[in-house]
Amino acid sequence: MKTLVIAEHDNASLKPATLNAVAAASALGGDIDILVAGGDCAAAAEAAAKIPGVTNVLVADNAAYAHQLAENVALLAAEVAAAYDNVLAAATAGGKNLMPRVAALLDVAQISDIISVEGPDTFKRPIYAGNVIATVQSQDPKKVITVRSTAFDGVPADGGSASVTAVDVVHDAGVSTFVGEEVAESDRPELTAASVVISGGRGMQNGDNFKLLEGIADKLGAAIGASRAAVDAGFVPNDYQVGQTGKIVAPDLYIAVGISGAIQHLAGMKDSKVIVAINKDEDAPIFQVADYGLVADLFAALPELEAAI
Amino acid sequence: MKALVAVKRVVDYNVKVRAKSDGSDVELNNVKMAINPFCEIAVEEAVRLKEAGTVSEIVVVSVGDKSCQEQIRTALALGADRGIHVEVDGRPEPLEIAKLLKGVVAREEPQLVIMGKQSIDGDNNQTGQMLAALTGMPQGTFASEIKVDGDKLHVTREVDGGLQTLALTLPAVVTTDLRLNEPRYASLPNIMKAKKKPLDVVSPDELSVAVTSHVTQLSVAPPPERSAGIKVEDVAQLVDKLKNEAKVIS
Repeated sequence: MKTLVIAEHDNASLKPATLNAVAAASALGGDIDILVAGGDCAAAAEAAAKIPGVTNVLVADNAAYAHQLAENVALLAAEVAAAYDNVLAAATAGGKNLMPRVAALLDVAQISDIISVEGPDTFKRPIYAGNVIATVQSQDPKKVITVRSTAFDGVPADGGSASVTAVDVVHDAGVSTFVGEEVAESDRPELTAASVVISGGRGMQNGDNFKLLEGIADKLGAAIGASRAAVDAGFVPNDYQVGQTGKIVAPDLYIAVGISGAIQHLAGMKDSKVIVAINKDEDAPIFQVADYGLVADLFAALPELEAAI
Repeated sequence: MKALVAVKRVVDYNVKVRAKSDGSDVELNNVKMAINPFCEIAVEEAVRLKEAGTVSEIVVVSVGDKSCQEQIRTALALGADRGIHVEVDGRPEPLEIAKLLKGVVAREEPQLVIMGKQSIDGDNNQTGQMLAALTGMPQGTFASEIKVDGDKLHVTREVDGGLQTLALTLPAVVTTDLRLNEPRYASLPNIMKAKKKPLDVVSPDELSVAVTSHVTQLSVAPPPERSAGIKVEDVAQLVDKLKNEAKVIS
């Protein structure tokens, strides 16, 4: 069996979610190759070659792939996939955008967001905002799969020495172009990879009050997240959203502040190891999943917490 | 230009769905059904583009059994002009829905297809991308803003690091994210008017699609239960527990 993992990267570096996808590929067994499609992406390819357990890194380095436009990369990935039994990617915004397009070109289903590998064609995946776990079996000759990163411990980033092969195939569908991006610069860890996450909800009242979380995040080395309500209200940008349709996190410690705990939010964080909830409403549903609940006014509790840690 | 909006009938987002005790399927008896929230945002966006004079006609399509005509009527009440019901029993998979939608696209030739980024039942997040692949159209997924500029569509997308803007050649497929707009409520007069709007029913045969299945659901189960822990008295006790009991901070 041969599995192709599509790398998550920004040309200069490999994203940690790739390591989780490789872990899922290892669970399937057989040979693992990685496809790095980008522009000036030699550094990302080199990083991919260091992942233990990887046989070969295929590098498609071309301007047409520089911004990883789905229209172009899907044509490439579908062509490369001919030699593989499985095609995997992390269920990140990038993976979710690309992989269904690859699956459709191959005329196979996609199995989205798997949380375990039960056999060569059988997987578990959450449905209905994680309220139900479905066990599904694929009948397709080739499996296209996205992997929920939090469900697979990432393989080490170093220790391997895969061969690196250039792929010279250039696909430019010519129907999409990159215009620009607004990417938040932050020294904090990435939300989906952080070991501690502190999130604010509607109870934060405004964006300025998120500063109350920043001091604590700095002390704990935490990432900052938010509920949908806080993002919709404009307190923080969209990339902070934790939940069913936002980011899925499972840190060692998740601190929910002023978050009531809608099903959709719980879907994004309830696999965290330890959950702390701070909310002044003692009946808030978030307390039903919290290991430690503190019924308190967050504006009093947060400065106290920052001072105590 | 003509806009095609695809909508799906799903369990209402307030319902906490459970697995049946025998694990055969989810319990959907007597459960409130509604239009998928992301699809509602798609309808709203098309209506706004029509109000702005960019879109001239909005065709709404749904794939499913007879009951999904209810959600087509909801979309018509929100401002869509006519409906197409692709009648399929059971639960067609995303790839099959995409093939059926491709058939509808071939008939209607819309310049813009707008649909939800995912349905809140299967949580697949696939159909829009698959339709785009099958028709060769570009895709603007997880859109938080769209702007028509001549024969191009500028789409601002919600990505992991923030926002990304792409220029797509029309016709194109857009899938909606939460911040694209806030859908309106249908007024009673519009709900009444929607009952008279045209709604065609077509079969997969008429679209030259043989609906098949690629994936079997073997069983369903509830996720591991997480039980409520304890309430702490104050911040000092919380910090003590985190340090000495949970040992997650030092």
